Amino acid sequence: MKTPAIRSRTFITVFLKEVRENLRDRRTLISALLTGPLLAPLMFVMVLNIALQREFDKADKSLSVPVIGAEYAPNLLNALKAGGVVPGPAIADPEQSVRKQENDVVLRIAPDYATSWRKGEPVQVELIYDSSQRDANTTVERVSNLVEIYARQQGAMRLVARGLSPGTAVPVTVARRDQASAQARGVLMFGMLPYFFVLTIYMGGMYLAIDLTAGERERQSLEPLFANPVPRWKILAGKLAAICAFSTLSLLISLVAFGIVGRFVPVEKLGMELELGPRFSASVLLMSLPLIVLLAALQSMVAAFAKSYREAQTYLSLLLLVPAIPSALLSVFPLKAQDWMYAMPLLGQHFGIMQLLRGDGLSMHQLGLCMGGSAAAALLAVLVTAQLYRSERLAISG
Amino acid sequence: MIEVKDLHKTFGTVKAVDGVSFRARDGEITGLLGPNGAGKTTTLRMLYTLMAPDQGQVLVDNIDAAVDPLSVRRQLGVLPDARGLYKRLTARENIDYFARLHGLPEALLKTRREALIQTLEMADIADRRTEGFSQGQRVKTAIARALIHDPRNVILDEPTNGLDVMATRALRQFMLQLKNEGRCVLFSSHIMQEVAALCDRIVVIAHGRVVADESPQALREQTGENNLEDAFVKIIGSDEGLAA
Repeated sequence: MKTPAIRSRTFITVFLKEVRENLRDRRTLISALLTGPLLAPLMFVMVLNIALQREFDKADKSLSVPVIGAEYAPNLLNALKAGGVVPGPAIADPEQSVRKQENDVVLRIAPDYATSWRKGEPVQVELIYDSSQRDANTTVERVSNLVEIYARQQGAMRLVARGLSPGTAVPVTVARRDQASAQARGVLMFGMLPYFFVLTIYMGGMYLAIDLTAGERERQSLEPLFANPVPRWKILAGKLAAICAFSTLSLLISLVAFGIVGRFVPVEKLGMELELGPRFSASVLLMSLPLIVLLAALQSMVAAFAKSYREAQTYLSLLLLVPAIPSALLSVFPLKAQDWMYAMPLLGQHFGIMQLLRGDGLSMHQLGLCMGGSAAAALLAVLVTAQLYRSERLAISG
Repeated sequence: MIEVKDLHKTFGTVKAVDGVSFRARDGEITGLLGPNGAGKTTTLRMLYTLMAPDQGQVLVDNIDAAVDPLSVRRQLGVLPDARGLYKRLTARENIDYFARLHGLPEALLKTRREALIQTLEMADIADRRTEGFSQGQRVKTAIARALIHDPRNVILDEPTNGLDVMATRALRQFMLQLKNEGRCVLFSSHIMQEVAALCDRIVVIAHGRVVADESPQALREQTGENNLEDAFVKIIGSDEGLAA
């Protein structure tokens, strides 16, 4: 009979062997340490940077807008020029040009502009644009605002000329007071961040999970392994620990990467704030720990059902869509977080991470719910997988 | 010593093993002979507790496999039909992994491993990754891995499958050595020559049943055939699946 001290080495033996073996597999390494954790932050930053750059370009750059009938309204045109608009030559078919995206917006001034103006009648200028071209919306907004400001100024001057206070024409004014913090405004753009983290965890452990169950079965090494005098649940525990180690490492790399690239995104120019520092990373990591175990167990479970490596890969790629559901749904149907939602795996992490991003901080109560709920689910998944591991058929490959 | 009493195992409607009993003694080589699909592998799998029998009992050194499977596995060295090496590990690392699962202290592990590497003449491949190993190199590594804990009982499922003549001869020598060390050696085969050359006792299995359990000499006398091959065909009732 062996001493208990020697027996307890099983877990660490299996763990070390699986880690060592998979460190030698290039595909696993690339997926867990490179593409998985780094692709998301890179893409994220690139997309964000392009979007931000466009906004800034439009706001600062002088706008070239074709004007039809410019000669009828020289004063209006001067006001527009002062606002950074460069009036372009008239074009024949403005509707077609806008639809073809040759121009974002075309300004048309009617020939009777001058006559009506002199009579003091309201005059109309037309803005021709295509609102389905989201790209053009900022331009349209800008031109429209400039025209309206000019109209208000002229109106006020007419009132003053008639000895009236300009205020008489504006009985009510709206003053907007936006209560969103600089961070909260950022959240709108970063709604997919929780999904990126879950994805990273998932990708980090996926190839390992396949290799350690379906792969080992396909290579027929499970049978000799189970002939050793160790309980199967200890072998499973070592394997799960190896999967968790890889997915945790993956998440860590991703968090560090986000922390670094977060500094290069000029979010403050949008009046936003993005806090991706060490405190944020530590909180995300803590919240994700039970989720990491849960995903490792789920992946192993699915892989144990598969007859081959390929089959497992197919199943797991489909399962990859599941963690996307909460984040995707919530970006379409915003929900107010209830207590029970924090206790749901995935959903809880989503709300938790969003809350950290908003800069609201996470209460111990919410953190407890988030970790407790996921931990319970993880325990259940581990137990079911352990049960699966006891089946006779698992070890037999052919 | 390995004792098997009235084993039964059914998969769906197929009776893979249908009442197999035999005894493999220490210091003897016992051969499990039968055509392909006779139930040899399933019987062995129940021996090393990978499967539980539907009925019957397995005793290894008088330990009941149903009661204490871990202790039974500790008494056994097993070379399964599926060799299943880890191809990204070297031969040495493969051996070490199983040694540690057996809880061998590191110092003992090292001496045993090096002794086995020497006996099996695999020093030249010991530090190569097992990916790309020849069939013979694979079997050597798997055997070293199975015997690292110095088991009293050794089970080999079709050990010479896929080996060339030289490797087969070396393996037979090795099995005789195990026997001379006083171990109980049980191996399965569908090759009569091999069984005849090695075994002290032959258990013939066909259609999930034991049809003969004798010494080679007694087998010849029982059937009245001088030639072992003819004796087998007579016992099994056909020469289907038997290789000379």
